[in-house]
Amino acid sequence: MITREDVEHISWLASIKIEDEEKDEFVEQFNSILDYFHQLDEVDTEDVEPTYRVVDLANVFREDKACKSLSQEEALKNAPRRENGYFKSPRIV
Amino acid sequence: MENDVIIGLEIHVQLNRLQSKMFCGCSTAYHSSEPNTHTCPVCLGLPGSLPVLNKKAVEYGIKVGLALNCQIEEETLFYRKNYYYPDLPKGFQISQYDYPLATKGRIMIRGDDGAERNIRINRAHMEEDPGRLVHAGTIDKAKYTMVDYNRCGMPLLEVVTEPDLHSPKEARAFLDKLKSILEYLDVFDGSLEGSMRVDANISLKGGDRSEVKNISGFKGVEKALSYEITRQKNLQRRNIKVVQETRHFDEIRNITVSIRSKVGAHDYRYFPECDLVPLRIASWVPAVKAQLPELPDAKRERFVKQYGMTDDHAKSLTSEIKVANFYEAVAAKAPPKLTAVWVADVLKGELNYRDQGIDRFSPEHMVEIVNMLSADKITEDGAVEIIRTLLDKGGSPQEIVKDRGLGKAEDEAVVKAVKEAVAEAPAAVADYKAGGQKALNYIVGLVMKKTRGKADPGEVHRLVKAEVDKL
Amino acid sequence: MNMLSQLKDHLLANSSEEYLSKLFEKVENSRLNAFTTLAKESALARAREFDRKPWGGLMAGVPIAIKECISTRGIESNCSSRILKGYVPPYDAHVIERLKAEGAVIMGKTNMDEFAMGTSTETSCFGPTRNPWDLNCVPGGSSGGSAACVAGGEAPCALGSDTGGSVRCPASFCGIVGLKPTYGLVSRFGLIAYANSLEQIGPLTTNVEDTALLMEVIAGHDWRDSTSAEKGSYLPGIKDGVKGLKIGIPKEYFGEGVDPQVEKSVWDAISTLEGLGASWREVSLPHTKYALAAYYVIAMSEASSNLARFDGLRYGLRVGEDKDWHTTFSEIRSQGFGPEVKRRILLGTYALSAGYYGRYYLKALKVRTLIKDDFLKAFKDVDIVAGPTMPIPAFRIGERINDPLSLYLADVFTVPINLAGVPAISVPCGFADRLPIGLQLIGKHFDEATVLRAAHAFEEATPFHEKRPEVV
Repeated sequence: MITREDVEHISWLASIKIEDEEKDEFVEQFNSILDYFHQLDEVDTEDVEPTYRVVDLANVFREDKACKSLSQEEALKNAPRRENGYFKSPRIV
Repeated sequence: MENDVIIGLEIHVQLNRLQSKMFCGCSTAYHSSEPNTHTCPVCLGLPGSLPVLNKKAVEYGIKVGLALNCQIEEETLFYRKNYYYPDLPKGFQISQYDYPLATKGRIMIRGDDGAERNIRINRAHMEEDPGRLVHAGTIDKAKYTMVDYNRCGMPLLEVVTEPDLHSPKEARAFLDKLKSILEYLDVFDGSLEGSMRVDANISLKGGDRSEVKNISGFKGVEKALSYEITRQKNLQRRNIKVVQETRHFDEIRNITVSIRSKVGAHDYRYFPECDLVPLRIASWVPAVKAQLPELPDAKRERFVKQYGMTDDHAKSLTSEIKVANFYEAVAAKAPPKLTAVWVADVLKGELNYRDQGIDRFSPEHMVEIVNMLSADKITEDGAVEIIRTLLDKGGSPQEIVKDRGLGKAEDEAVVKAVKEAVAEAPAAVADYKAGGQKALNYIVGLVMKKTRGKADPGEVHRLVKAEVDKL
Repeated sequence: MNMLSQLKDHLLANSSEEYLSKLFEKVENSRLNAFTTLAKESALARAREFDRKPWGGLMAGVPIAIKECISTRGIESNCSSRILKGYVPPYDAHVIERLKAEGAVIMGKTNMDEFAMGTSTETSCFGPTRNPWDLNCVPGGSSGGSAACVAGGEAPCALGSDTGGSVRCPASFCGIVGLKPTYGLVSRFGLIAYANSLEQIGPLTTNVEDTALLMEVIAGHDWRDSTSAEKGSYLPGIKDGVKGLKIGIPKEYFGEGVDPQVEKSVWDAISTLEGLGASWREVSLPHTKYALAAYYVIAMSEASSNLARFDGLRYGLRVGEDKDWHTTFSEIRSQGFGPEVKRRILLGTYALSAGYYGRYYLKALKVRTLIKDDFLKAFKDVDIVAGPTMPIPAFRIGERINDPLSLYLADVFTVPINLAGVPAISVPCGFADRLPIGLQLIGKHFDEATVLRAAHAFEEATPFHEKRPEVV
């Protein structure tokens, strides 16, 4: 059972602000969706290995060679806020 | 008492001897570049970009793991460490969690009690560096922050110790040793800014621990830890509980500052990085092992055996690979034991005083100086003067000897002068015999006059005393 | 103009610029809302160049529409989301490079469910795309724009992406052909990620041969995608028919929840294939009913991580005064993401969080293994597996959007394929009243050739691919 506090904690972890009005709706939707997910509890997965990826590959590399980078202008092209070649970020504290 | 202090370190080493970044081909030579000129869709984390692993980075990782006496994992995986921060463009860092590259190693250091002791390494794993934040002011007062992603994606090796260290000094000794090993392996250049960053965990026995993050420089680590010990002891004295939290070291004010992070908030939600595939590298280990260079401890033992020097000298000469190589280059052409003294005790001291590295001094010059000393052609003072002049002004030993008249006078002439002087100063001799030590200096002065200042004063003093004692 | 090969001949004999201009005119007068960006200037310039001096290549002169989430250099790529509006990639996705190398003309970007999260293209910030067969119905999702423009005659072919059915579902709802390749076959470099262990880029075309042609162009190894595989062969042998082909029909793919008209059309299709020399038998994929839950847990978990990069710092939405970074990021993400995306990110964060990882994410990955094994077992006895693509025909716009769970349930037959990583194609096989029904053919890993061959044989023997919706 997800509670309002859980939703608040998840919203903090996920860096997505949720307004107070939205919280109750989310709680309801989450609980019904998670209820559906609980079907998985029925499945016997003892001794079953998880499948993280469906490809059978290992040891895929590139050589240690330096290649051309984007120019500063290209890198900053989509930046909403910038200053002197840097991306401008909100303050840390 | 100091066993009450428990310190563990997490060291982030930049494998900056690689040409390209961990997961993309951007050049690693960013240190003096304009901001955001060493990026690409991958290290900028542009939507749709994917990582591809640098093969040599893995080789370097195995090298380090083996040099730290670790076990290398047969199959090692990359994981996502999920958290938000302006220096992290993807909102996660590609790192390792379960099945890291190397585990269960050890490094030997000399503890505070003077005994050699193993510090256990919990693990060494690969990950990518985040970008660099530049604050307009101090971190807690800046109105905004600027971000440079040149550093983002640089290959990192994270080395984690067990909490086996008991003082800031021991932490410093550990870091010095680790740096030494890494430079021996030539996987990293420790002189570059940001090449080694330390997170320190420290607690007092029975208390909670605090973490001081991202300390640059070993002096900073010592200072930060000293401050933390004091801070925690003060709290303990006042019966206030130490809060488990993350702190930042302010290098200007030499204090640690709390970064207001929520308690228990470090939920990184690790899960395997599906854009990368597993590494099966057990078969690489023998080849990498065979190629490992002689490491500091082994070199130290060999120096003692091969060159007959003291263990202390050996330790001093092998702490940096450059110094060790310099020493051996000189010892090939000059008396090894004498060379050991002059490199370890004198040259290193002069360099430290000037904050310079051994690349500033020519091995050839050292060969000349040591050989001149050995052949008694210059005095010890003279040798020191030559070294200082070479460092401060340049030139060559021969030139400096000539210009400053440092050539030592002939022995016979000195001995003759001593005999003459003693004979010429019966009053001084009497004074000395009566207990006036300083009287000898008068006689020494006479000898110096006779030899026109060319004799070695220490040597003269010795000869005079010997002569006078005979009477 | 059915086949791309016919189109290529036409373009050589006539004006490519004229053909493209007519398409753009059609789009501009269209009520489908299939396109989000028309690259008119660059595309027409390229068409003019082609007219002046035609080049070669498998796609010489052919215009193609590209789903919003596939990066196109110089053309806005925003995943139909407010948070990425205005983002212009400085690079082309691998598939775009391949298309250009084979002479194609990128005509524009198509509408999708925001960040590919949806089954109906209703969550787009640009409004829903409409189904050309019935403007009040959804075209399917999340590649609804790509499917609608092809079905509606606004583009001769398109690329979409398929994470849980997002190419096959709209192909089914719009009566065209859509293929999800084997995982790893088509490079994901440049595909803006939603769920990276599940998704693949796939073609949307009016007929099977065109799909095979597009696969010849876009499939194959790309060193920039570490999960990338080697190319197979798709056009050769496509007309070899289905004599001796063994088809498995999963008993779990019929019955409750499946529209009776859909069921009938699919069984008719099986009979058609039988008539062409194939045989069928019942197989069982016993873990099918858990596939949806497993899929959503995995997809949401991966999405919560893949979408973490959207914080307004390097691209995308940034409004108002900056406060401290966490507050600012949280506000941007709250304003920039639609409700479905938010829901999935939050649930995914929850599923991965401390204390829940084992129960949800890890458990789902184990169930995934069982689902994959179901297919591997079935493929020991049969060559392909067949069934309906969607359990229902296209529903009305607005009908399900307020009940997220009901939307999720529509993916019941498409998601197992993504979990297993096998290839699957949807071909039109009938109509429910006026709305198209899709037949799904599923193959072994990297056996696109058999899937295409079977689909082609079926298509040749039926009239459905020739039907077009009335002028829209």
